[in-house]
Amino acid sequence: MLRDITIGQYFPGNSLIHRLDPRFKIVITFIYIMMLFTGDHIVCLSVGAVFTAAAIILSQIPFKMFVKSVKPLMPFLILTAALNLLFISSGDVYFHWKFIKITSEGINVSVFMLIRITLLIMGSSLLTYTTSPITLTDAIERLLSPLKKLKVPVHELAMMMSIALRFIPTLIEETEKIMAAQKARGAEIDSGSFMTRAKNMVAILVPLFISAFRRADELATAMECRCYRGGEGRTRLRQLCSAPRDYAALAVTILFYGGAAALGIVLK
Amino acid sequence: MAILETQGLTYVYSEGSPFQKTAVDHVDLKIDEGEMVGVMGHTGSGKSTLIQHFNGLLKPTLGKVLLDGEDIWADKKNIRDVRFKVGLVFQYPEYQIFEETVFKDIAFGPKNMGLDEAEIRKRVLETAHDIGLGEELLERSPFELSGGQKRRVAIAGVMAMNPKVLILDEPTAGLDPAGRDKILGHIKAYHKRRKNTILIVSHSMEDIAGFADKILVMNKAKLFCYDDTEKVFARAEEIADIGLDVPQITKVFIGLKKQGLDFGKDVYTMEYAKKLLLKKLAEKGGTKNC
Ligand SMILES: Nc1ncnc2c1ncn2[C@@H]1O[C@H](COP(=O)(O)OP(=O)(O)O)[C@@H](O)[C@H]1O
Ligand SMILES: [Mg+2]
Repeated sequence: MLRDITIGQYFPGNSLIHRLDPRFKIVITFIYIMMLFTGDHIVCLSVGAVFTAAAIILSQIPFKMFVKSVKPLMPFLILTAALNLLFISSGDVYFHWKFIKITSEGINVSVFMLIRITLLIMGSSLLTYTTSPITLTDAIERLLSPLKKLKVPVHELAMMMSIALRFIPTLIEETEKIMAAQKARGAEIDSGSFMTRAKNMVAILVPLFISAFRRADELATAMECRCYRGGEGRTRLRQLCSAPRDYAALAVTILFYGGAAALGIVLK
Repeated sequence: MAILETQGLTYVYSEGSPFQKTAVDHVDLKIDEGEMVGVMGHTGSGKSTLIQHFNGLLKPTLGKVLLDGEDIWADKKNIRDVRFKVGLVFQYPEYQIFEETVFKDIAFGPKNMGLDEAEIRKRVLETAHDIGLGEELLERSPFELSGGQKRRVAIAGVMAMNPKVLILDEPTAGLDPAGRDKILGHIKAYHKRRKNTILIVSHSMEDIAGFADKILVMNKAKLFCYDDTEKVFARAEEIADIGLDVPQITKVFIGLKKQGLDFGKDVYTMEYAKKLLLKKLAEKGGTKNC
């Protein structure tokens, strides 16, 4: 159920992907997204697919977890595919009924988009699966640090993000506990009419908000007790340092991107 | 006849993921109607997981849970009725409170059962009395109450459904000794009056010793033992071996036995210890009734 939401989840490990410098991983993920969006030919996409498969194998994380990452977004994916399928009217017509036409072009586009978005989700999940939230925000802070000159509060943003990431699993756990407690009192959450379900949402949201505020308050107090006062002059416990393998990984990614882009131009 | 029974009950969390964890491992149990059972075990031994099967919040990975001899998962539609028959109070239940008044919060369960206004009112007043919440508190906001009072409101919320089996997961966790004794006292009184089956989870023997008919001990996801209180305490040393604390007074008597002063009985409450000691002293010709 709720635990199926894998956003921000981290699977500790020691694979090549786990050991990459998080700053490089973020940059690589961006290049990867561009790779998926160059060219509209299925061959370009298959380059992205090969890249994803290789990265997943290298990460040593069970493929099942990637299927899980796509699952919560499945309704959205299916809706997009269905809309493309039903409303694209160019290409050979296979089936025609009133205003609905199923055409070769429609099938192509919907399958294409389906694969593209699935790859996108899997690839970005790989980033959070293999990088702990703390290193991830550290890396983001470092990558964005030039913006400090423009008075962008980079440290504060990164801190907010790491706190948010840190509390996703906690809040999910809390929600599950509260749901179980209310179910034990006969609240209908998965079944029942829409109205009763909406009413029962109150029984979950009120305690959840109360506990979230309580936690925020406690955290703020704890931070103040340790004299936290922002990023100015703070040193780090974990220094990020890049190794040759990081550059190699970046080079391979750029190569794949170049390949996909070149194929896109050739096949046009 | 057993009201609750498990057959080969097994539960695995996050099956198939790297975090896979067997929390309950082939547990066979029979709990008779009207008994007061203490459920004990180390933190992480699977107590909470086990009891969440009794009202169908968790579905066994393997095995069965029988309520009144019927598999609770035989028909999925009946699972809500199971939840009314087996009331479960979670650990730190005060975090589930959400209504504006104490009355409304206690009434949430009975309302979900579809009872009429008059019956709901009757049950709320009855349970509030059982758990020692004064009538003047009922129209207050639950969020203004003290920690111990909030906890009692939450417990009352489950008791008000009049479950045949009432399960409480560590009802005294995080309370001061006075609050703890108060809650345990009220639960005991409630049990005496209603004669229903009660399971209390606790990792403190001291809590359970004086009042459970039977004790169920979980150890590392397995059922370590389930027996009459005296028989379980007779195995005090084994229990200490699995990291559970036997009551202080039992330890004293085990020590005495090692020194050669055997009372031939296991002692786990203060009153009983006092009686035995006084008797012994009297035999030895000491002063009576000190
Ligand atoms: N929601 C959950 N997901 C995964 N593992 C869990 C979950 N809840 C409990 N566990 C694990 O199952 C084991 C038993 O937990 P629990 O039943 O809560 O024990 P107890 O109540 O005796 O302290 C523990 O090792 C715990 O880490
Ligand atoms: Mg527990």
